[in-house]
Amino acid sequence: MHLDHPVTMPHRHTYSAEPLRADGSPRAFRVGLGGPVGSGKTACVAALCRTLRDRLSLAVVTNDIYTREDAEFLLREAVLPPERITAVETGACPHTAIRDDISANLEAVEHFDETLDPLDLVLVESGGDNLTATFSKGLVDVQIFVIDVSSGDDIPRKGGPGITTADLLVVNKTDLAPYVGADLATMAADAERQRGDLPVVFTSLTSDDGIREIADWITGHLARWRAKAAA
Amino acid sequence: MSRAALLLLADGRFPAGGYAHSGGVEAAVAHNAVHDIHSLEAFCRGRLHTTGLTTAGLAAAAAAGCDPLLLDDAADARTPVPALRAVARKLGRQMMRAARATFPSAELDRLAAERPQGAHQPIVQGVAARAAGLTPRDAACAAAYEAVGGPATAAVRLLSLDPLAASWLLARLSTEADAVAANAAGAAARVETEGPDALPSASSPLLDITAEQHAAWTVRLFAS
Repeated sequence: MHLDHPVTMPHRHTYSAEPLRADGSPRAFRVGLGGPVGSGKTACVAALCRTLRDRLSLAVVTNDIYTREDAEFLLREAVLPPERITAVETGACPHTAIRDDISANLEAVEHFDETLDPLDLVLVESGGDNLTATFSKGLVDVQIFVIDVSSGDDIPRKGGPGITTADLLVVNKTDLAPYVGADLATMAADAERQRGDLPVVFTSLTSDDGIREIADWITGHLARWRAKAAA
Repeated sequence: MSRAALLLLADGRFPAGGYAHSGGVEAAVAHNAVHDIHSLEAFCRGRLHTTGLTTAGLAAAAAAGCDPLLLDDAADARTPVPALRAVARKLGRQMMRAARATFPSAELDRLAAERPQGAHQPIVQGVAARAAGLTPRDAACAAAYEAVGGPATAAVRLLSLDPLAASWLLARLSTEADAVAANAAGAAARVETEGPDALPSASSPLLDITAEQHAAWTVRLFAS
């Protein structure tokens, strides 16, 4: 039986991650970045801002767990002007803010859509969480899960929704692999077993060009999303 | 009228942003005013009879169909400090988003258009209750319960209290919460003839003061 009759949710376009805002104008593409504490989410966001800010109009929403440290780091590093960075507080529940009750994050990204025109891309950085953290599709268009080799090379094998379902898996700090005894080949094989055809990027975000593959992946998705929205 | 609709509206899992707020208990914990289940009960009881009664009155009046813009002004008058006004409007916007998706109604749409920066949360909650076919008393009950349920949940996270003890505490307060809701609904019924001044205006100055201080903290778990 077909239950999704159009009248069941007459106002749906107003509330979910549709490509157009309520007034019919396009909104920014939204990318979620999740992953465990210390894996390099903020470093990834900072590097993306530095790489993409000359080509795209960008904004960042951070979801610190109990401080504004991530937002302040981005401000201090001056990766974007202050009006393009905002912090959402998550009441000790980072996964709730990106998955179960996305209202505060939606407020933040929509505020950017309203005040920054044009705006191409909003990065939503989750507070450091566990392997089950995923973003609601009502909040972001695509999500990236960031892990690192020094937390144990068995993390891809353990799986969990973040590892298995993220649109892109980033394995950061590959330069540390020899020092922590991480086997990158095993991690790659485990990731492929868990994720099938979904892409995985091995990188070291501290290296000069460490962000390029991730930035290219995002701009590719942005272009396809726009083409689809315009069709 | 649907009983289940009331449970949905009052559920802590209703995606309207409440989970990120402690209702002042984070500041109270920092001052050691709340440090165990008994001091938490005293805090919740105080909040129920002050903030809880006032917000329950506003929610009941909105559910009764009183002019929500007049009520929004009345809510401002009953919320003296800027930090709590900002929180009430922010939560009002978040409640509005969830309410419009859950209980679509022309009255909610109108209020959203007239207060794009958000009406006070209890007003939105009351209009949402109305859209769900609930009574003013139901709306008051949801607001009164939220006035204690929010801080109790936050205290469990902040102090690692036994969650079973916190549930026991909420059950102990439930009769009082019902009485507060009944008082609030009674006052709301008089708004039509007496105007918004008929609504309760109980306040808790210490919550106001500590909310302003809390808003300036740089390290905190909760938004308020």
